[in-house]
Amino acid sequence: MKWDIKDAESWGWQKHPMGATIPEAGNADYYKTGGWRTQKPVRDEKKCTDCLLCWINCPDSSVRVEGEKFASFDYDHCKGCGICAKVCAPKAIAMQGEGGEE
Amino acid sequence: MAKTVAKAKTVAMTGNAGCALAMKQINPDVVAAYPITPQTTIVEEFANYVANGQVDTEYVNVESEHSAMSACIGASAAGARVMTTTSSQGLALMWEELSIASAMRLPIVMHNVNRALSGPINIHCDHSDSMGARDMGWVQLFSETAQEAYDNTIIAIRVAEHEDVLLPVMVLHDGFITSHAIDRFDVLDDDEVKRFVGEYTPKRALLNIDEPMTFGPFAMPAYYYEQRKALRVALDGAKDIVIEVSKEYGELSGRAYGLFEEYKLDDAEIGIIVLGSTAGTAKYVIDKMRAAGVKIGLLKPRLFRPFPSAEVASALSHLKAVAVMDRADSIGALGGPVYLEVKAALYNSAKRPAVQGYVYGLGGRDTGPDQIETVVSDMQKVAAGEEAPREAVTLLGVKE
Repeated sequence: MKWDIKDAESWGWQKHPMGATIPEAGNADYYKTGGWRTQKPVRDEKKCTDCLLCWINCPDSSVRVEGEKFASFDYDHCKGCGICAKVCAPKAIAMQGEGGEE
Repeated sequence: MAKTVAKAKTVAMTGNAGCALAMKQINPDVVAAYPITPQTTIVEEFANYVANGQVDTEYVNVESEHSAMSACIGASAAGARVMTTTSSQGLALMWEELSIASAMRLPIVMHNVNRALSGPINIHCDHSDSMGARDMGWVQLFSETAQEAYDNTIIAIRVAEHEDVLLPVMVLHDGFITSHAIDRFDVLDDDEVKRFVGEYTPKRALLNIDEPMTFGPFAMPAYYYEQRKALRVALDGAKDIVIEVSKEYGELSGRAYGLFEEYKLDDAEIGIIVLGSTAGTAKYVIDKMRAAGVKIGLLKPRLFRPFPSAEVASALSHLKAVAVMDRADSIGALGGPVYLEVKAALYNSAKRPAVQGYVYGLGGRDTGPDQIETVVSDMQKVAAGEEAPREAVTLLGVKE
């Protein structure tokens, strides 16, 4: 991270960038949204055909691809919306409860 | 900076045509606007300049004012010099974007040709549209005449883009009265305007790929408040920049503007405060009353946001009684917006005049000299101590 925001919560008004801009690209990566999830997608590699419909449709870019094949889910950012499971043609993705109170 | 005053070229055109001409001379990178009466002739005229190749502007046709302001915000964040224009319901439809434009510190310049807000639907002049937007973080410059609307447009660019300001600016003039009446006024040469406004080189721009940047992110309670403080400081600071840029413009054009205009106020006992075109009528009445021996003067606010409270309080301190006339009501409050500002500005002053509030001319109702004479006669009684200033606002010219 080129922008040191460790103690940003205590910054005075003059230290913040003008107009609440963030002088760094791609920083949403630092914000782990996986904790919002109540269900997580789980892939059955025997059924998966690597068609990558899940990767195309994931609104949070949480499907990792390597060599044009499914590699893994990014559980740090996946919010568990279930779109990947819904669009999966060979029904290789199932949503599993994260546990805790229903 | 030119030391000699530029050669004047006198034109006869409507206030709206003057604003469109100023836009042509500024030659903004992007204009996104939607036509609405009485602003329409500005965008119509400007669209002609675009179609005829007289400007380099990217003109974005949009389907609404909501989209117009959204497109302006996007273009300004991208790093463009951006202008737009609207009126009344159009400004209302821009509402949620207005505060985003200022919070993102984007120097968009917009004409709002003052027209009453619906309802009932009405196309004529009052200030309810822009007065409603007074807390949106925009600089607001009011104009009395076509000359002032033209000059304020050019000044607004420099104020908005000033490094210490970087805020959107709204230039106001009165619907139909100023927008559609043909007036005689002086304009600058294209080259002089081009030199005065200069090139806009933004320090923050989405299209600067060497320094990628996010505009408009979410701000949680730990960050939001500090952004609002920064916005308040910037808007307060715009006052000094308006003075500075207006002075430089005065040296170029020979037309000097301050935060407000004082007309025969120095030795006056009674003051009238009114902004926009009715200030002209007030000057006529003041001249007439002065000839009859009444010591009366005018304070015409030009900069309404930020409101120059200390300067206004000081300019009024020697008066006995002041009438504040608003072309917008703030229903449910003590009176109109200018009245509330002036009263608040005076409250902690040791030396202050009695203040009485008036609302006039809503929905384009004519406000002639007779109504202002009524105000003067009321204020003579207050100044002489014969009557206490009224607590309730008086609606001038309404049929009982």
